[in-house]
Amino acid sequence: MDDNIVNQVIAVLQKFDKTGKSIQADTDIAAELDLDSLAVMDVIMELEDSLDISIPLNLIPDIKTVGDLADTIGQLKEET
Amino acid sequence: MSLFQRFEHLAQSHRAVKDIGADPFRVRIDRVLSPTEAMIGRKRILLAGTNNYLGLTFDAGCVSAATSALETLGTGTTGSSIANGHYGGHRALEQALAAFFGCEHGMVFTTGYQANLGIISTVAGPDDYLLIDADSHASIYDACKMGSATVIRFRHNDPRDLDRRLARLANEPGNKVVVVEGIYSMLGDKAPLKEIVEVKKKHGAYLIVDEAHSFGVLGETGRGLAEEANVEADVDMIVGTFSKSLGAVGGFCVSNLPDFNILRVACRPYMFTASLPPSVIASVRAALETIKQRPELMTTLWENVNHFYDGLERQGFLLGEQKSPIVAVRLPSPELAVHIWHELLQAGVYVNLALPPATPANEALLRCSVCAAHTKEQLSIIVDKVTGIAYETGLLEAPAKVAAL
Repeated sequence: MDDNIVNQVIAVLQKFDKTGKSIQADTDIAAELDLDSLAVMDVIMELEDSLDISIPLNLIPDIKTVGDLADTIGQLKEET
Repeated sequence: MSLFQRFEHLAQSHRAVKDIGADPFRVRIDRVLSPTEAMIGRKRILLAGTNNYLGLTFDAGCVSAATSALETLGTGTTGSSIANGHYGGHRALEQALAAFFGCEHGMVFTTGYQANLGIISTVAGPDDYLLIDADSHASIYDACKMGSATVIRFRHNDPRDLDRRLARLANEPGNKVVVVEGIYSMLGDKAPLKEIVEVKKKHGAYLIVDEAHSFGVLGETGRGLAEEANVEADVDMIVGTFSKSLGAVGGFCVSNLPDFNILRVACRPYMFTASLPPSVIASVRAALETIKQRPELMTTLWENVNHFYDGLERQGFLLGEQKSPIVAVRLPSPELAVHIWHELLQAGVYVNLALPPATPANEALLRCSVCAAHTKEQLSIIVDKVTGIAYETGLLEAPAKVAAL
C-alpha cells in the first residue's frame, strides 16, 4: 500500500467526514464514517481531480476500507 | 439473520418520517377528480406534485381513444414486443414519435425507467465509457449498474468538468457516451446543452439526452431541450417518457443512428417485458396529436410556472435557480421539510417530499410541479397555504412581526 496515496485519500475523506473520527487505512468508509452512496461517489470525484485519474464507479462495490480505495487508485495509476 | 436486516438503516429513517402521522411515500389517493384535484378520504386535495405538465390525463380525446382501444383490442397484449406484443398501434406510435422528433427511428418501452435502463445499458459495451451527470435520475444510475461499460461521473451541469474527464480518457479506444437530462427532476434546472454538445463533438463522443421532464415543455414545438438549444442534429439519442406531459405511462427512444433497429433484438429491458396495453398506446398517440395541435397548452403551462414561481419567490422562499414546471422549495432540514409537507397535506395540498440522499447536495425539498390545467387561483391558494405554514414554523418571518419590530 502506497502511504502517499493513503494520505491523499484520508485528506479528501476528512473534508466529507462529519463523525470527527480518526481515519486510518483500515477505516471502513461507509460504516465508520457514515457516508452514503452519494457521498462516496463525491469522494471518488474529488480524488479523480486531485490525482488526475479516472476512477470508474464500477469499482466502488469492491472498496470497503480506506486501504482498499488507496490500493485501487495505486493499480489505476500503474495502468495509466 | 432476517432477509431485511440490511435495510435497518433505511427503516429507521423511514420510521422517523412516518412518525409525523402520514407516510409521504405511501399517500393513498381515493379519487381523482381532475388533473389538479383529488380526494383523500373526504378531503379535497389540490394536486401540485404530479408531473402532469400539460394536464392531459382527462383529455376527452385521449380518454375516448383509450376507451375505444380497450373495447376493441382488450386489456393487455400479454406479451413482449418481440413476441405477440407489437400491435399496429405500437408500430404507429413509434413512427409518430420518430416523425415528431424528425428522426428515422423510434422505439417504445413499457416505462420511462425501462427506456433509460435499456438504451443506456445496451449502447455502451464492455470496452466503452459512460459519462453521466452527477445528479442523474436513478434510472440512469441503474442502467450503468446493469450494463458492462466503465462509468465515470461528472459534476452536475459542468461542461468543463465533462471536458476534463473526457480528456483523461483520450487514449482509451472505446466509445464514450455522455448522458444528460433536459430538465433535472429535483431542482428543475436544465442542462447547458449547447456547451455539452461542443464538448461531445471535441472528443468524438456520443450524446444521449433524457427529455423525460422537458418533452412537451421546452422548445418551440415541445420537442424538449435539444429543440430549445437548437442542437437536435448533434444529439445521438433522445429518451423520454409518456408518464409526464403525455399523461399516461411508457417510455421511448428516438434516433437517427444507422442500424438503430438492432436494439430490438439486443436490448433486454425492451425484449423481456410485456409491451404497453393497447389503451395506453391509443391515449399516448392521441396526446401526441394534442401537443401538436394545441401549442397553447405549453403557453399556459409557462404562464402558470411564472405565476407560481414568482409568487413563492416574492414570499421569500429559496427556490431552484431556474424556472421550470418543477418548482423546488429548498428547506434547511429534512425534519422541517417533513413537517411542512404534512401540514400542507392537512391543509389540502399535495406536493412531493424529496429527502436526501435522493436529492442533489443533500437538500430537503418540497418539490412542486405545475400543470397547464392549474388555474391561477389554485396556484395562488397553494402559495398562500405554504406561506402560512412557513410563518407558523418560523421558516419565514410573518409581515406583521416585521412591522412590530
